Amino acid sequence: MDALESKPRRRFLNYFLGTSLGAVVASFLYPILRFASPPFIPEATTNQVEAGDTSDPQLMTKGFKIVRFGAEPVILVKVTDSEYKAFSATCTHLDCIVGYQKERTRLFCNCHGGSYDLNGRNVSGPPPRPLIPYKVNLLAKGSEPAKIVVSKA
Amino acid sequence: MIARAGKWLDDRLGLSTLVEFGSHKTVPVHRYTVFYYLGGMTLFFFLVQVCTGVLLMLYYRPSANEAFESIEFIMTVVPFGWLIRSIHSWSANLMVFFAMLHLASVFFLKAYRPPRELTWVSGVFVLFLIMGFGFSGYLLPWNQLAFFATKVGTDIAGAVPVIGHWMVRFLRGGDRVSGGTLSRFYGWHVAVLPAITCVFLGAHLLLVQVKGMSVPHSCEDETRKRPPMKFFPHFALRDLSGWLFALGVLAALAALFPWELGEKADLFAPAYENIRPEWYFVFMFQTLKLVPGGEIFGLEYEAIPILLFGALGALLMLVPFLDRSAPGKGRVWTIAGVVALLFVIGMTCWGYMSLLPLYVVIISGILLLLLAFITRGGRRSENR
Repeated sequence: MDALESKPRRRFLNYFLGTSLGAVVASFLYPILRFASPPFIPEATTNQVEAGDTSDPQLMTKGFKIVRFGAEPVILVKVTDSEYKAFSATCTHLDCIVGYQKERTRLFCNCHGGSYDLNGRNVSGPPPRPLIPYKVNLLAKGSEPAKIVVSKA
Repeated sequence: MIARAGKWLDDRLGLSTLVEFGSHKTVPVHRYTVFYYLGGMTLFFFLVQVCTGVLLMLYYRPSANEAFESIEFIMTVVPFGWLIRSIHSWSANLMVFFAMLHLASVFFLKAYRPPRELTWVSGVFVLFLIMGFGFSGYLLPWNQLAFFATKVGTDIAGAVPVIGHWMVRFLRGGDRVSGGTLSRFYGWHVAVLPAITCVFLGAHLLLVQVKGMSVPHSCEDETRKRPPMKFFPHFALRDLSGWLFALGVLAALAALFPWELGEKADLFAPAYENIRPEWYFVFMFQTLKLVPGGEIFGLEYEAIPILLFGALGALLMLVPFLDRSAPGKGRVWTIAGVVALLFVIGMTCWGYMSLLPLYVVIISGILLLLLAFITRGGRRSENR
């Protein structure tokens, strides 16, 4: 047997058998890996959303609300009666959703204690970057409460 | 008749070889013998998880619209549903706790020394799998805590250079934590992880049988003087008593402190106050809280502790190959272990702003000492 194995022809064939076995395994693994990797699905782009009006009870009491901007959460903050600001609500640290602390006038993430000022700048805690700002427009119509429109900056 | 049936089975399965092996199996007796029960206890909780997990599968529905409601249904309508679900949650925590105790005892008694390196590696791998079970199972109730824990936990994978983004998408089943993540985690929790665990746990248990129990270097003299304990029936009965006691504790915990369900996940609500992950992830969570925002050489600061924890996990697995010191030596590793343990306990206490985690460790130590006394084994009677 040893004498046989030492023959170059046997070694050559063994090499081919071994590599073809490897190729068979790879041909099984590749589709499995591709199957398990989620496909990229294009999302409808959202450029602006209507976020209720200025009489929204949540805005009145808590001073903020989370708005659905397509699939993204956006935080709308009532700074004064006539000034509103909006930012991406996704914390730049580890993807949690931020809230607003009215008494401290800070956007705050409860997950790891990161905070941002009202310009979206990361001012303390672990967040590495500022929040992405959004544009807010108020559409007033007579004596009715103004409609709030949030759009991409 | 029974004897004939036994003979028939034995001719086909060769059970007598197993019985023969079992009748000769012994356990060394020394002052640390009690630590030999910790692995078995972890196994017991794993078996409880399998049984209660299968039962929960009968009612659980893994979709974003139904998951929370199906658990509500289990907890409130299904007879004994509250008990089964609470036992599953409590047992999961106790399983992690005992796996960690088991790991600590094996580490400090240096039971990973040759020829038991692979027993250690398979064991550490099973611990990581158990944590994977914990993490994937955490999302299944689809409540607020589950949602944010999964958002953060999967986002952490993004810190890995080059393949980080792919890993996040792979874990989430898309760009965001959504219903797709839930069905994916369910698949991991009930099929993929159990299959992998069966292989590694099987290998781990087989290696323990093949290589036998390791005797700590400091106990070698004592072990030579004291007769070993027969596994059947003496050690097995002690094991079983422990399991029975553990089952009682589980039932009591489930009855007195049923596991909360919380509020249904809202993908558009801020994280609530004092949100934190399960206790065994708190030390990492607290560390991440302390790292300020910033960047160095294109690497965000937060990635540094994440990569460091990953490297330490790999290091833990490789301990038997790195600690090549002679028996009775290698104090550096013991000191490193103590430092790591103090870090984990300290950070956990800080994360909870409470000394409770420290007390749990101290009480566990005292209980183990007590158990060591109860199960110390006889000097003559069990040498038969």
